[in-house]
Amino acid sequence: MAAGSTLSGPDIVETVRRRWMFRHPLVIRLAHWINVVCLAILLMSGLQIFNAHPALNWGAASTFDSPFVAITDDQRDDGTPRGIVYVAGHTFDTTGVLGLSNLNGQPAGRAFPSWATLPAHQDLATGRRWHFLFAWAFVINGLIYLVYGIGTGQLRRRVIPDGDQMRGFGSSIREHLTLHFPEGDEAKRYNVLQKLSYLVVVAVLLPLMVLTGLAMSPGMNAVVPLPDLFGGRQSARTVHFIVTNLLVLFVIVHVLLVLLSGVANNMRSMITGWFVIERRKLPAGSGESR
Amino acid sequence: MKARPERPRLSIPKPHRRGFLTAAAGLFGVSALGGCDRFAASPTGQRALKAGEDANLFVQRLLLTPASLAKEFPDSQISPWFKPNGTIDPPDRAYKALAAQRFQGFKLRVDGLVERPQDLSLADLRALPARTQTTRHDCVEGWSAIGKWTGVPLSEVLQRAGLKPNARYIVFHCADTMEYAASEEPDEAEEKPTEKTANPGMESRPEGAENQASDSKAAGDEAPADVDEAAQGTPVRYYESIDLTDAFHPQTILAYDLNGQALPVSNGAPLRLRVERQLGYKQAKYVMRIEVTETLNGIGEGGGGYWEDRGYEWYAGI
Repeated sequence: MAAGSTLSGPDIVETVRRRWMFRHPLVIRLAHWINVVCLAILLMSGLQIFNAHPALNWGAASTFDSPFVAITDDQRDDGTPRGIVYVAGHTFDTTGVLGLSNLNGQPAGRAFPSWATLPAHQDLATGRRWHFLFAWAFVINGLIYLVYGIGTGQLRRRVIPDGDQMRGFGSSIREHLTLHFPEGDEAKRYNVLQKLSYLVVVAVLLPLMVLTGLAMSPGMNAVVPLPDLFGGRQSARTVHFIVTNLLVLFVIVHVLLVLLSGVANNMRSMITGWFVIERRKLPAGSGESR
Repeated sequence: MKARPERPRLSIPKPHRRGFLTAAAGLFGVSALGGCDRFAASPTGQRALKAGEDANLFVQRLLLTPASLAKEFPDSQISPWFKPNGTIDPPDRAYKALAAQRFQGFKLRVDGLVERPQDLSLADLRALPARTQTTRHDCVEGWSAIGKWTGVPLSEVLQRAGLKPNARYIVFHCADTMEYAASEEPDEAEEKPTEKTANPGMESRPEGAENQASDSKAAGDEAPADVDEAAQGTPVRYYESIDLTDAFHPQTILAYDLNGQALPVSNGAPLRLRVERQLGYKQAKYVMRIEVTETLNGIGEGGGGYWEDRGYEWYAGI
């Protein structure tokens, strides 16, 4: 760690110097926030589309009798309705959220609840319109981000760990688990776990969403046999759903870490570009302020 | 002693900023969610949302050549049960009468912008060149089923009729009543439930997971029963349309056989359109009449099909 140990003596006190660092260029900031809007709308309209057929299968065609996952509703022994999630032979009672939830105050059989879908009520046609419009926005935004990121070297700096970082992999895990975040020079770059998770999201998960999405298009199938990459159209639909879950998990962890590692500094840097590096140093040290 | 002199300057605004940001994010979230549905309902919103699907048509038409074929599967992959969806037993008396005679009295009418209007019986159609294709049917809801279809390429029929120069669209008029247009007495409570017995060859199985598909073509259970039409208003029967690009595609056929047997009523007997590069609702069942037109205006509400007039996209390639 760049910060030295605290020295205590009659004349020497530790100070914290703030150094401003321009961390996020405009294109990256714009791409980030456009992506936030796109992913939120794609997720919610996607759940709307899923609700039209709340079951997942593997292979080219659906096996209606034995889905791999299904979210539905049935009745308890006493006749009261319940929502259930069925996963590979196991049934879970999810009444209130999945399978059965309140719509305008009335219990309604629907896979994902109205607060999670776009539109809130069951409307596959409008859900599809939202989904495709923002799929285009997402793809165009993503392409601009990639071209800019690769062209300027921003992307490499952001997602490829440096050699010394790979050697510090274990200590980075330890730091995360104890919620200690880098300061000083180390805070100027993303840490190794951060880079690797961004790499997985940018290079694997988001492209997979586009590919599995296109694999479900009968028109695109006549251009390229994309379903074959995933074992069939229904497999592609299942992968699309699983990767959605992974992206939601990523966003939860991402937002949590933003909150824990200084929400004001992180938010400011993604809005204005400017990030503050805090540096503990001795007064005698060389000037570090901007 | 004042340790960390600059610390307070950084930390004091933090709670305020955090509170502000949280409140702003919350407000934005709530207003965005409610606002989205209002936006989608407005005319501007509807036009804006449609842009994505217009782009789908534009790009797919760029990428697809007339020779780009939908994947054909080996017969070993045929689905054991080809899920009948939408109308599975048309309630219409005229249709029931045709079905009772195994469609011997059936004539496919081909008219509109054609040089030689046609009336083709099933025997006439079976005498024309045939194409068999085992393809995957993709419902807009998300499920797929694989079936082997045999039928006459639509291009054969259109060539017999001869298109006039201003022909642009092929419209399919079907036998099945989806609903009744508003009339003096639009009392839907009087409708009888649809009989589910006459479903030869394919028993309709209740699907727990399917019960929420109420707004797409799964309206079979709610289809109007065979009742006195005059009391119900004008029946709105299923209709669909494609343009000449898809009409002359080699895999676009009027299918009379499914999996080597005469097409069952539940899957669209006597004739079902197959447009293999598009979704299920384009695959019109119970086709009675083919009308060649220059425009889709005047067909239903002008969207080009029953579901198109209810918000679904005319081009269903994705």
